[in-house]
Amino acid sequence: MEDWGIKEISNLLRENKISSLEITTHYLQQIKQKNPEINAFITVDETRTLAQAKLADERIQKGEGDIFTGIPIAQTDIFCAEDWLTSCGSKMLHNFVAPYDATVVKQFNDVGAVNLGKTNMDEFAMGSSNETSYFGAVKNPWDLTRVPGGSSGGSAAAIAARMCPGATATDTGGSIRQPASLCGLTGLKPTYGLVSRYGMIAFASSLDQAGPMAKSSEDCAMMMNVMAGYDVKDSTSIDHKKEDYTKNIDQPIDGLKIGLPKEFFAEGLDHNVAKVIESAIDQYKKLGATIVDVSLPNTNLSIPVYYVLAPAEASSNLSRYDGVRFGYRTNQYDDLMDMYCKTRQEGFGDEVKRRILIGTYVLSAGYYDAYYLKAQQIRHLISEDFKKAFQVCDVIMGPTAPSTAFKANEKIDDPVTMYLQDIFTISTNLAGLPGMSIPAGSVNELPVGLQIIGNYFSEGLMLNVAHQFQKMTDWHKAVPQGLLS
Amino acid sequence: MSWEVVIGIETHVQLQTKTKIFSGASTEFGAEPNTQACLLSVAFPGTLPVLNDEVVQCAIKFGLATNAEIASRSIFARKNYFYPDLPKGYQISQYEIPIVGKGSLEIEVGDIKKRVRITRAHLEEDAGKSLHGVVKNGTGIDLNRAGTPLLEIVSEPDMSSAAEAVAYAKKLHELVRWIGICDGNMQEGSFRCDINVSVKPKGSDKLGTRREIKNLNSFKFIEQAIHYETQWQIEMLEEGKIIQQATVLFNPETAETRAMRSKEEANDYRYFPDPDLLPLEIPDEKISEIKAAMIELPHLMKARLERDYQLSPYDASGITSDKAVADYFFATLKEGAEPKQIANWILGQLFSKLNEHNLSIEDSPIKPQVLSLLLKRIQDATISNNSAKQLFEKLWMSPSLEIDALIEIEGLKQVSDSGLIEKMIDEVLKNNQAMVDEYRSGKEKAFNALVGQIMKASKGKANPGQVNDLLKKKLS
Repeated sequence: MEDWGIKEISNLLRENKISSLEITTHYLQQIKQKNPEINAFITVDETRTLAQAKLADERIQKGEGDIFTGIPIAQTDIFCAEDWLTSCGSKMLHNFVAPYDATVVKQFNDVGAVNLGKTNMDEFAMGSSNETSYFGAVKNPWDLTRVPGGSSGGSAAAIAARMCPGATATDTGGSIRQPASLCGLTGLKPTYGLVSRYGMIAFASSLDQAGPMAKSSEDCAMMMNVMAGYDVKDSTSIDHKKEDYTKNIDQPIDGLKIGLPKEFFAEGLDHNVAKVIESAIDQYKKLGATIVDVSLPNTNLSIPVYYVLAPAEASSNLSRYDGVRFGYRTNQYDDLMDMYCKTRQEGFGDEVKRRILIGTYVLSAGYYDAYYLKAQQIRHLISEDFKKAFQVCDVIMGPTAPSTAFKANEKIDDPVTMYLQDIFTISTNLAGLPGMSIPAGSVNELPVGLQIIGNYFSEGLMLNVAHQFQKMTDWHKAVPQGLLS
Repeated sequence: MSWEVVIGIETHVQLQTKTKIFSGASTEFGAEPNTQACLLSVAFPGTLPVLNDEVVQCAIKFGLATNAEIASRSIFARKNYFYPDLPKGYQISQYEIPIVGKGSLEIEVGDIKKRVRITRAHLEEDAGKSLHGVVKNGTGIDLNRAGTPLLEIVSEPDMSSAAEAVAYAKKLHELVRWIGICDGNMQEGSFRCDINVSVKPKGSDKLGTRREIKNLNSFKFIEQAIHYETQWQIEMLEEGKIIQQATVLFNPETAETRAMRSKEEANDYRYFPDPDLLPLEIPDEKISEIKAAMIELPHLMKARLERDYQLSPYDASGITSDKAVADYFFATLKEGAEPKQIANWILGQLFSKLNEHNLSIEDSPIKPQVLSLLLKRIQDATISNNSAKQLFEKLWMSPSLEIDALIEIEGLKQVSDSGLIEKMIDEVLKNNQAMVDEYRSGKEKAFNALVGQIMKASKGKANPGQVNDLLKKKLS
């Protein structure tokens, strides 16, 4: 089979040139063949997946199909899916079979999409290399000795290895964009509140946002049409008018004003990555865009602010994993306190424990003002920086990650260096803005992502801007060597 | 040395809503364990709270009823601690900015009125329950109650006796039931008090160290607990000991309090704004709408009953102690009976019957229409007060009986024919010359004895007023 994207599969299904069962079987075979090496999936259930595909074919035959009916995609394991193991990459939930569907899962089920399985991820979405998963590290299909990025590393590796054409992912500090960058994919973190968080296992509630990951901007736009929408079950969901994200994707972008923040091209950025980004910007100039210099002066504060706020929320969000009602419980214990301690000691990995400790500390009496409140104030300043920048430009561009995919085990014992992976992505989460990564070139045959940051609810424009680039370039079509069989 | 006691009260009022504060699960009491535990109540991963607007309306009503400030913007916070009946590992509550700010409540102890200041009232969710002795070799957890809406009402330490504390608790209990935000069922835990007690030398400005008596669910317990705690603290101080701040439990069997945990062991709750819930914004229009739809408050109704219907303060208090009683009063009044008489009968005859049968006024077999008719028959002199009481008993047992027919059957109709009454009087006077002489020699008592004889002769049916008048005439 050819290396189709979601859009092509959709067309073929509707033209009856292929059935959902055929295309689904194809991907299941790919998973069977490649997953043992890549480890991108935690759960695959062929029987259920094929049953869904058959139902989708029936829908299409009856003419009841949606544009997405019959398209197989993967769901990240952070989403509860009824009767599916939903582990969130943690031993704590290694036996948790969700009793309900997350809104995002329901949205895809409702349009008749087929669920290929649940993808691997950093434990509770905490990590930038997908090495913290209880179910083992995920390998980067471009170089199996390297990491795919994280936390949505399973979704990224699954698409890059052509085990699925698209997947859901979540982004709290860069967890969609950084793995997309490291695996040569297109990934979009929408405006906070645009996609429902109901049924998405919480890491840091005020920052978590789900979005699509696929090969192209067009495919992401199609996924966004399914995922975006107000949800009464999520109080932070925003009642934004439903949009068709594919509608303006072909619009020319001449006259587009691109802001380049000088702070994104500073120390810490790999020299070769910088060059790729510069040449991508040149490409945009050819497309008629103009460049303006902007400044995001508080960028360097985004990591410390994030590592106060995200762990604070996480420490509270993860309190429910206490061994009482579901999930892991230690085997032997003397009393309640012993049960709590052992369960959490054995059930959580190091990175999760580190963040629970940090979060507990910053919320403690006597420290709250100095850490949590201060961080909230700086968060506000970071939003203001963006507000100012968007007065003079339409989108902001820069690198997604400071480097290409790094070696496995290279940074896992050095959390502070690992945290710097998200230096360019975290500030958009803090501001609640949408951010995107698209393949823009490569360094030593490893993909490099260009980051596009838009104003609130400008996903339509961002997807359009990305698509125009992808019409001119082939980076998003590049396939890791030896993987396409 | 003489001592003064200082009391402040935190009350947990369970709001009378159909569903829980942040989910659609039922709040009904007494269901099988965990049958009302929805996904959120169990705190399954990925579940999110959505605020029930009914709860907000209840809090606003309370704020209006206590003349309190209602925050246009309040914040839900997480109170973090681990406990098996707290499924999320945190309780959603309000911390820095509660929905209801400063207000007050007027209480009465004997003839003395006092205004107790209310510091704040905030919304929060209840926890579940640990079930001991139900599961073999372990503790069971029932999450039916988890997420039940509570309004925690915090008073200033304005009370200085057990009597005042009980008066406050009763007044608050009356009020929350009156405005329909709480069913007031104390046995089921719908209204429970934490009492902060401290003792200081009389006249001192400096407050003593307080101990908090947790979770009292009866007025009797409140009174007993405060008495015991006050005595205990005074004894400690008189022995020269220092009171440690502590949480104490009251044991109803012994009527004693006992320390549960001291302040040193207290949790650091790590409060922070709940990122799953937006700040609660209440527009002025919403407050005005609720205000316009609010029923007359009990203290205003009481004043009106005294002013417009000349009820005594005691009767007016009784009628306005409960919305259902007031409703009964006005329903009876509407049927045409006389207000003072209605109040007398409700607070006397009816209440004693209801108490005897442990019924609430809504369940009274005698409905306002029936009571009203009965009272009207006294008024129009068809029957005597005593006969009415007999009829009341009959009607209690068989409420469907028709009053006028019953009067006929029972032969209770009063004799108001003055000719007949005069005949009876003449007969009695003739046979009791000694009494007549006594009366004439100045013994007033003899008059009553004669009335008694006449009533007896009439088998109780003579109109007592007429008997009095005619007898007086005859003897003058």
